[in-house]
Amino acid sequence: MAYLDHAATTPMLAEAVEAYAAAAREVGNASSLHAPGRRARRKVEESRERIAAVLGARPSEVIFTGSGTEADNLAVKGIFWARRDTGRRRVVASAVEHHAVLDSVHWLAAHEGAEVTWLPVDGLGRVPVDAMREVLDEHGDEIAVATVMWANNEVGTLQHVSSFAGLAAGAGIPFHTDAVQAVGQVPVDFAASGVAALTVSGHKLGGPAGVGALLLGRDIACTPLLHGGGQERDVRSGTLDAPGIVAFAVAVEAAVKSQQEYAARVAALRDELVARVRAAAPDAIYNGDPDDRLPGNAHFSFPGCEGDALLLLLDAQDIACSTGSACSAGVAQPSHVLLAMGADDDRARSSLRFTLGHTSTLDDVEALAAALPGAVERARRAGRR
Amino acid sequence: MSGGVDSAVAAARAVEAGHDVTGVHLALARNPQTYRSGARGCCTLEDSRDARRAADVIGIPFYVWDMADRFHEDVVDDFVAEYAAGRTPNPCLRCNEKIKFAAVLDRAVALGFDAVVTGHHARLGPDGLLRRSVDLGKDQSYVLAVLRRDQLDRSIFPLGDSTKAQVRAEAAERGLAVADKPDSHDICFIADGDTRKFLADRLGETPGDIVDAQTGAVLGTHQGAYAYTVGQRRGLALQTPAPDGRPRYVLSITPVTNTVTVGPAAALDVSDVAGDRPVWTGGPEPAGPIECEVQLRAHGDAVPATVTLANGRLHAELHRPARGIAAGQAVVAYRPDPAGDVVLGSATISS
Repeated sequence: MAYLDHAATTPMLAEAVEAYAAAAREVGNASSLHAPGRRARRKVEESRERIAAVLGARPSEVIFTGSGTEADNLAVKGIFWARRDTGRRRVVASAVEHHAVLDSVHWLAAHEGAEVTWLPVDGLGRVPVDAMREVLDEHGDEIAVATVMWANNEVGTLQHVSSFAGLAAGAGIPFHTDAVQAVGQVPVDFAASGVAALTVSGHKLGGPAGVGALLLGRDIACTPLLHGGGQERDVRSGTLDAPGIVAFAVAVEAAVKSQQEYAARVAALRDELVARVRAAAPDAIYNGDPDDRLPGNAHFSFPGCEGDALLLLLDAQDIACSTGSACSAGVAQPSHVLLAMGADDDRARSSLRFTLGHTSTLDDVEALAAALPGAVERARRAGRR
Repeated sequence: MSGGVDSAVAAARAVEAGHDVTGVHLALARNPQTYRSGARGCCTLEDSRDARRAADVIGIPFYVWDMADRFHEDVVDDFVAEYAAGRTPNPCLRCNEKIKFAAVLDRAVALGFDAVVTGHHARLGPDGLLRRSVDLGKDQSYVLAVLRRDQLDRSIFPLGDSTKAQVRAEAAERGLAVADKPDSHDICFIADGDTRKFLADRLGETPGDIVDAQTGAVLGTHQGAYAYTVGQRRGLALQTPAPDGRPRYVLSITPVTNTVTVGPAAALDVSDVAGDRPVWTGGPEPAGPIECEVQLRAHGDAVPATVTLANGRLHAELHRPARGIAAGQAVVAYRPDPAGDVVLGSATISS
């Protein structure tokens, strides 16, 4: 099988699996006062320190969550709620956010009285820095929270996160970034980037699914989503998942430490994939920034084809990829990212995302190159009906 | 795979027959919440999950195909337009004709598949003849009779030799959780089952007269002729009883004058039926009149008849009168056969 969907989830690192299994054999609630509790607590805190160290954060800034989605929800809703009382009701978000942010913002607008300013993107999927500047000039004193992802999950385009964070900080506005796709792929440093809050997820970088973290500056007020035992600075209650957190930390550390070498290798493989796809389907449109993008991401539109049909045909040949966009009841929707980039509905529906990762090889690329021409031909025949 | 028991077992049997099978669930609702909920429909999120789970158990790939726009145009809009024209459409039949064995089949063939397998209760053997299911109570050959030869040639109905009870038992044996899921009835795109309200929402209220067939007297008013079906007795709300005290029935609907005509049951008797757009798949088209049986509505009884195919129309002369025959329904000709009555052809009833 050629697994070309690492952005959906990537295999767990062997050392993360072992760390998980070892920790899962131990009993102990990290909130308990007795010896087994202390042992669990120690593992969690060591993990927190490891993650903080490699991501440029202080340990106290690491809030463990159950997923990247939860961390995004916590940042967007939590910071909005905490600042709404001061009369700030505006949320600023890019038009190409992951649904975890996008739908949180929509929900705040629909149910919590939020005003929303959506930041546009250019044809490569990048938010112009000026767009943020203009919003801050116009609405600076109304804004509760601003959020722009570090790297786009569909087309892989990297954003000017530090510039946004700097502008927002200058206006006294907390800036959040969803870095789920970025950590381990490109250099990510919480303190150096100047962001107030940053989301990271376990299963995108070789850790387990079901664990993530929000890096949250000490001075950033954030109202909890979950109330209970008061864990995680009272911001995120719930018994800590010690084995998950331990494995998460192992994976974050490994991914960040090997990032440079990983990125060079995977980007070269990705460039090969792009060349092969272009050879197989000369009219394919390479979406996103051709250079300044995630090393493992290749995203194409195949004119005249439905992404859905291509996916089915490639799946039948044991090639796993994604349309990259969200499903609604199993039906692929035209990508909001492509639409925001100015693509029409047909192009947005005709796209396919190939993402490489730490287990990818040239064999995967060659399998795709072999299967693609036939798949494109058939998908084109099936057409957009 | 609708999410029901029939298509799940059909898929499992197709796999066992050696086919390379991919499960497809059709998303037919533009907004899934607006279609029937629970086990009664075939288009809800819950049904989609049931279908996916069945595909997992069978061990086949599974995809949802978005056919909502096509379904809306070819089935729902057609349904409303037919009622507006005073006819009584059968949307399941139209869905087979335009969606399952047309849009879906075409897409599948383009993608490299050879045939569409469904869980319809009908037989289609190597002789290419479409026959009634062994389970006459569940037989669906009537709603498949609209299929052309080229459509039948790419169709597989694995359930025709089994009764519904056998299909359910087999589903249970195979570990398919849908084994005891209730049958779907009613029309999948009418969420609350209230067809009259569904039509009124789309066609508006158009009050008109209810008149007596014999005297021409106005007996009452209606809020929209589309709400009535030939043969209907209930819901007429007539103030004046018939002189003989017998119940009155809807005899005809005339959209041009927005009139519903009522009269005694005996006036519902029909001996001649004409149909448009005939298809003939049970052999070569007959050059002259043939003796066979015709079925004039879903779940109706078959009536002996002489059928003639001429000038792009089908004509059936019934050997005993049938009642409550509505334009827009299908007339399906069957040749009685101990090995399962054979579908000869069908047409859409025009008069």
